Amino acid sequence: MEIAAEAVIALVKIAVVLGVVSLVVAYLTYLERKIIAHIQQRLGPMRVGWHGLLQPIADGVKLFLKEDIIPDKADKVVFVIAPIMVLVPAFVEYSVLPFSSTFYITQVNIGIFFILAVSSLGVFGIVMAGWASNSKYSLLGALRSAAQMLSYEIFLGFSLIGPLMLAGSLNMQKIVEAQSDVWFVFYQPLAFVVFFIAALAETNRVPFDLPEAETELVAGFHTEYSGMKFAFFFLAEYANIMVTSSVAVTLFFGGWKGISWIPLPGFVWYALKLGAIIFVFIWLRATLPRYRYDQLMRLGWKFMFPLVMANIFLTGLVKYLFL
Amino acid sequence: MELVFFYLFAAGIVGASLLMVTRANVIHAALSLVLAFLFMAGLFVLAGAEFLAGVQILIYAGGIMVLYLFSIMLMNVGVAVRLRQWHRQSALALAAALLLAAEVWVVLGRGGYPAAQAWSWRLGQTPGNVEALGQVLYTKFLFPFEVASVLLLAAMIGAIVLAKRQITR
Amino acid sequence: MVPLTHYLALGAILFLIGAAGVIMRRNAIMILLSIELMLNSVNITFVGFARQWADLTGQVFAIFVIAVAACEAAVGLAILISLNRDRSMVNVDEINLLKW
Repeated sequence: MEIAAEAVIALVKIAVVLGVVSLVVAYLTYLERKIIAHIQQRLGPMRVGWHGLLQPIADGVKLFLKEDIIPDKADKVVFVIAPIMVLVPAFVEYSVLPFSSTFYITQVNIGIFFILAVSSLGVFGIVMAGWASNSKYSLLGALRSAAQMLSYEIFLGFSLIGPLMLAGSLNMQKIVEAQSDVWFVFYQPLAFVVFFIAALAETNRVPFDLPEAETELVAGFHTEYSGMKFAFFFLAEYANIMVTSSVAVTLFFGGWKGISWIPLPGFVWYALKLGAIIFVFIWLRATLPRYRYDQLMRLGWKFMFPLVMANIFLTGLVKYLFL
Repeated sequence: MELVFFYLFAAGIVGASLLMVTRANVIHAALSLVLAFLFMAGLFVLAGAEFLAGVQILIYAGGIMVLYLFSIMLMNVGVAVRLRQWHRQSALALAAALLLAAEVWVVLGRGGYPAAQAWSWRLGQTPGNVEALGQVLYTKFLFPFEVASVLLLAAMIGAIVLAKRQITR
Repeated sequence: MVPLTHYLALGAILFLIGAAGVIMRRNAIMILLSIELMLNSVNITFVGFARQWADLTGQVFAIFVIAVAACEAAVGLAILISLNRDRSMVNVDEINLLKW
């Protein structure tokens, strides 16, 4: 009986998180269009609803009703599985994020490691999509993306080691607890800079959006996709932005912990910090040009890798000598 | 409960690996192997090896298999699909494999292992598997750990030397 | 509670599937993939023994096996890529230059 009750509670939690995340992700597209429009002194979507507030829903309905084209020369099975393989890891990662002191789906010992592992599966969907489409643009986008995500995953993982050494645990809730006094971003500014750059590359965002690069590769790996399958890639991209921002909030900005003299519930703090980081993501898109491929790899291996290694060494030294 | 999940994962692993061995298209085979690895990660969690499950997904599925897919895409597999897939010695090999299977069956059939001992930690509680594994890895197995790092370095250099295109001026 | 023999049997079955793949397939990439499967079957056996005796040595060695698998994949794929570039073939029974 207890197992059944636990299962029901877990299912309700999962349903709530999935629902909220899907809605927020849909509105993230609206937010992005609006913010970029205002940065470029335009108005952005205005027609559907007040200031275009219903635009994401209209877009969703449109994509849902569009014809679902599978290219004739495509590998049918892989072509269909690919968008699912992109979307599922992006949503699975929410299962270990602590949204407040009490609200989370589950807490596992390998929390942050679990997120890293599952996010590394996202690249499969992209590679599968690029290969199965049987199109030059798609394949080029997929190859770029595989190399880029595989290399930047390393820096992403290594940049997290510094904060994890301070926290002494991989459990997300314990990491938040360890930041009760000072946020780790003040102890580990170098790690945060590397993490943020690697996160931009991992989520294929500007200035590292080479896999999509609409000005040279049409749309990269999802050139041949249409209808709901295209919507899956689109949603997965924003879901990934939210996950990486959440990891940044949890590891560097104290998670749901706020400033003690302002009484706000935990998840409000969480949402505020998350919003701020996502805003920076969008802001960068409106500001920076795209990197060239060799520049991207040089930045990663010759600049960020030594930097992050030095950070780990310094953190270990300081921890050994003074703590 | 544990047994049910064990059979679920085991069926998944065996099914996916059978699929892997029989595919004509190498990309399909690699993707089936990824599926088998994911089921294996589930099995590792079941056996109390949480960290290993993470490593399995991160390194094996997310690293090594992407490397495979990447290399396969660099080669031209379109032609290879239409060629004969099976080696001429297949029948002989199958007979040998079946003989080996019979041998394994006899050895395993003897059984007689005592019931499993309990871990000193509980699944999902701190301090757990990660801490214990780190403790062992950096004390008792420090030397093999360092040797493994040297091996990785050697493999890295070897791979670069082998795969580098000859520069002709 | 899963008995040790279950882990061992699963490991053995996977090892046999992998071995059959290595011997029977012509495609060199398929052989490498089958070797990966064989290495993983050993990992399952290791983890099963670690579970049985509540001793972490098995899990530590599974990690070493994964490191060795990474090396094997890197070097093996490098050989295959250079072979594919020079001779444009991937089938192992065609690579018989030293056989006459």
